[in-house]
Amino acid sequence: MNGLRGIKKEFEDTRLTGTLGNLTRREFLTFCTGVAATLGLSSNAAFRIAEAATSGTRPSVIWLSGQECTGCSESLLRATHPTLDTLILETISLDYHETLNVAAGHQAEAMKEAAMSANKGKYILVIEGAIPTKDNGIYCKIADKTMLAHVKEAAEGAVAIIAVGSCASWGGVPSTPPNPTGAVGVAEVLPGKTVVNIPGCPPNPYNLLATLLHFLTFNKFPSLDDQGRPLFAYGRLIHENCERRPHFDAGRFALEFGDEGHRKGWCLYKLGCKGPETYANCPAVLFGDVGSASWPVGTGHPCIGCTEKGIAFQKPIHALAEHKTVTPPTLFPRIMEEKGTGITPGSAALAAGIVGAMVGAGAMMAAKIQPSSEENSPDTHET
Amino acid sequence: MKTTAQPLGGKLLTKPFIILSILAIIAAYLLAERLIFGLGAVTNLNNGYAWGLWVAIDVVIGTALGCGGFVIALLVYIFNRGEYHPLVRPALITSVFGYTLGGLAAMLDIGRYWQAYNLFLPWYAQPNSVMFEVALCVTAYTIVLWIEFTPVFLERFGIKGLRNKLEKVLFIFIALGVLLPLMHQSSLGTMMIVMGFKLSPLWHTALLPLLFLVSVIIMGYAVVTVEAILSSAGFRRPYDTTILNKLSGIMWFLLLGYLVIRFTDLIIRGQLGLALSGDLNGNLFIIENLLFVIPVIILAKRANRNHPRLLFIAAMSMLLAGALFRINTYLIGYDPGRGWSYFPSVSEIMITVGLFAFEIMLYLIFVKKLPILDRS
Amino acid sequence: MNRRHFLKVASTSALTAIGADAAQAREPKTMPPKAVGMLYDSTLCIGCKACVAACKRANDRPPEIAEHHKTWNQGTWDTAQDLSGDTLNVILAYSHGNMSQKDSETDGYAFMKRHCLHCIDPSCVSVCPVSAMRKDPSTGIVTHHPEACIGCRYCVLACPFSVPQFDYNTPFPQIHKCQFCQHLQAKGEIPACCDVCPTGATLFGDARALIEEAKRRLAAKEGDTYEFPRGKLGSDRSTHIAKIPKYQNNFYGEREVGSTQVIYLSGVPFEKLGLPTQVTEHSYVSLSESIQHTLYKGMIAPAALLTGLMVMAYRNRDKSNETNSGEKK
Repeated sequence: MNGLRGIKKEFEDTRLTGTLGNLTRREFLTFCTGVAATLGLSSNAAFRIAEAATSGTRPSVIWLSGQECTGCSESLLRATHPTLDTLILETISLDYHETLNVAAGHQAEAMKEAAMSANKGKYILVIEGAIPTKDNGIYCKIADKTMLAHVKEAAEGAVAIIAVGSCASWGGVPSTPPNPTGAVGVAEVLPGKTVVNIPGCPPNPYNLLATLLHFLTFNKFPSLDDQGRPLFAYGRLIHENCERRPHFDAGRFALEFGDEGHRKGWCLYKLGCKGPETYANCPAVLFGDVGSASWPVGTGHPCIGCTEKGIAFQKPIHALAEHKTVTPPTLFPRIMEEKGTGITPGSAALAAGIVGAMVGAGAMMAAKIQPSSEENSPDTHET
Repeated sequence: MKTTAQPLGGKLLTKPFIILSILAIIAAYLLAERLIFGLGAVTNLNNGYAWGLWVAIDVVIGTALGCGGFVIALLVYIFNRGEYHPLVRPALITSVFGYTLGGLAAMLDIGRYWQAYNLFLPWYAQPNSVMFEVALCVTAYTIVLWIEFTPVFLERFGIKGLRNKLEKVLFIFIALGVLLPLMHQSSLGTMMIVMGFKLSPLWHTALLPLLFLVSVIIMGYAVVTVEAILSSAGFRRPYDTTILNKLSGIMWFLLLGYLVIRFTDLIIRGQLGLALSGDLNGNLFIIENLLFVIPVIILAKRANRNHPRLLFIAAMSMLLAGALFRINTYLIGYDPGRGWSYFPSVSEIMITVGLFAFEIMLYLIFVKKLPILDRS
Repeated sequence: MNRRHFLKVASTSALTAIGADAAQAREPKTMPPKAVGMLYDSTLCIGCKACVAACKRANDRPPEIAEHHKTWNQGTWDTAQDLSGDTLNVILAYSHGNMSQKDSETDGYAFMKRHCLHCIDPSCVSVCPVSAMRKDPSTGIVTHHPEACIGCRYCVLACPFSVPQFDYNTPFPQIHKCQFCQHLQAKGEIPACCDVCPTGATLFGDARALIEEAKRRLAAKEGDTYEFPRGKLGSDRSTHIAKIPKYQNNFYGEREVGSTQVIYLSGVPFEKLGLPTQVTEHSYVSLSESIQHTLYKGMIAPAALLTGLMVMAYRNRDKSNETNSGEKK
């Protein structure tokens, strides 16, 4: 606690300078709290994140690009809290990124080599794009070397490997059948290594930022699902948090684009929305920081399931989702729902009273009856 | 015979009569509630147990208790046992009330009573329906009962001419009065056959109509016996043991026959084991059939048949047996599944109590004011 | 004397006994020529309840809030627990264990759609005393006619599937049941539930063709891709492409209680979905009607009996009086 209070005090005293320094102390803490919240951590963690983000040594990051469209980087560029420059200039040391490199050609490659050998065993490797494996990976070459070789080489000295985007996670668009280049995800070419996957096309930049900062703060990755995806971001189905979910539950569906249901914002399931089989936090985090409904389903397009291997770019967009559910259907009536009014103390007492009275009356009557009649008396021999 | 029956006379507003009328008034209030707010307001009836206490007791058992008249008519007029004639009118009056009130209860139980006349419109007729037959038969029989009963009124008010004319054609109504109960009392059993798996195999058998018919004859005899003994005791008149003795012999054979049919059927169908399952169905089956066995044991000794108290106990046992058989077939053994449960509500029970109270009130009025009981 | 009496009474009741013995169910009824039907494939159902909502709209029934939901459900969410006067179609869920696997009997769950099965030999039609339940001779749709109904609720009891529902909380009640949206069919449309079903789990069509479709699905290899028709079998609607799931060995409705026009496919045993499986192949109606018609064939037996009774009553008329007065002391 003392340490935390110290940091807090330091921030209170210091107005941060540099790129990050364009933020006030308050704004910076807000950012860190936001990251902590994205990760589902406490506000105390925000201070530790802040500490990590402002500590003197910035970890080296090598960003490789394979078969990709740079959409993942583009989405990262549009992050506002923090901005990419804050991240790469204050938080990390982005030593190689083909799109953002200042250097070019041999110079760029040399810088990469230098960073990798200087930070051996300490740098973070981020990979964007799929890796072609067919014909020894000749379908993607950088600096006369296949992407496959680049990845294997860079992975050797990396402390952590993050595959960003669906292509790097499981092959993405390039792996769509018939997959002429034999494109696969990072994990597949690096057997035995832990690869954190941040799928999405593009992935939500905050999922990457949060994962990175978690690693920087705690020296480990957040917990992952069986596909290497951080659970904080990919633990729930889109369907679970979708703002259109009530329409699904009420059976109100848009049947075609522009119809009444579509205009009224009804559920897009029938248009092929993959929300019910896609794990991602899109409905909660949204895209582009422009306010509510700024995500595909919010704008009226069915989810294409971009974070899910085997769904995005493979299953037709109009094809119905296979309805997964992680919460049992508890609100459905059961096959045999108890119904009707059974016995109550009042009715039981009354019924018992009546039966008792009848038996009692019968017994009394029987007792009142003379044992024999006048005419036929000799029946006493059997009593 | 025409002259031996006389009104009992005496005070009408006795203490029991006042208690009965209070019960009847409570029932009338609850029935008003039923008519204003619907069946759900006073009953626990639901879409699983769509028939409850009223159908099982007021209608099915009520009319079965009303079969005393039919049984006596069968004996006196068809099998020519004239010696039972003094029992005809007391039995007839219970039949009249049993059926009239059974019909009234059915009218209150059906949801759309304002359309009840549809039962008699030929274009709505549905001869496949057992209930269609029962409804027509019960209605016809109730009318027949009142016609059979008319001589009592005519006698009371001294309308001789009409009475003699009626006497000439009465045999037609007597024949109808025997045929119609034969038809609908067996059909009350057939009614439950269509329930299929919803009715426990202990009661679901193709022989239900036969079992209902035989047991209703037993109940009819039992009603006559109880009535004869009670009216003798209540009005301090001598016991008609000669007549009751003979009746008992018939009852004994019928009971034995009933039990043979009942158990042979269960054994052939291989369902007897259910009786020993220890559940509610099994236990009530055992009680039901024990009640049938008790009179068989009592009446086995010929001497016991002259013993009014034992006769009374035997007859009561038969009545309870027949009633429980009907309750079991219509309510206990019937399980609609799907999570439904049912037990009659307090109001529902009070309406049934009130109806029976009303029936007893009418009986008291009639025997005191009309020539029904034989005063010899 | 006792024996003689017994024999006499027994001879009368023998009539009923013969009837009972002759209860070898009458000829089973066959499917009407233009029978329409529904195929509900539980494995395709996702529990979206679109069919429930559409049914309410099509049949103008109000939403229904379950008693134990009333504290938090202010009426915005239709949560009927089973069929009722206001709910003619309802989706129920079977669940077991941790409920993780759809259509798995253990540790799984499955959906069930409940409404009228439009039996080939419907109990409700047979038991109704006033022909308020009718089966269309051509399409086989079982319809209800409130103008005839007396509200006796025999249909509610007799239906093997507990489908007809009665309003208990109104002074002017009515029976309600699924009538296959016959008002929509009259306009050339299909039943609302089939129309909106997103996956084709509820499929409308010719009853015979639907049986063929069910058999096709059962014959297909598990895991193979299959084009599941949507809406109406044989229509030009887009199909739902999915894998053939693991089905039970047969479909429900072929052999149960004289067979039904609505049939079911499922991944879990049918009794788990609440469908009665301990039932006879012939309808219960055929048994009760056999008994009834044996006894009352052309009313010959009752008429003969009545004649006999009249003769005896007439003959005994005076004698009984004599005997009676003779016995009197």
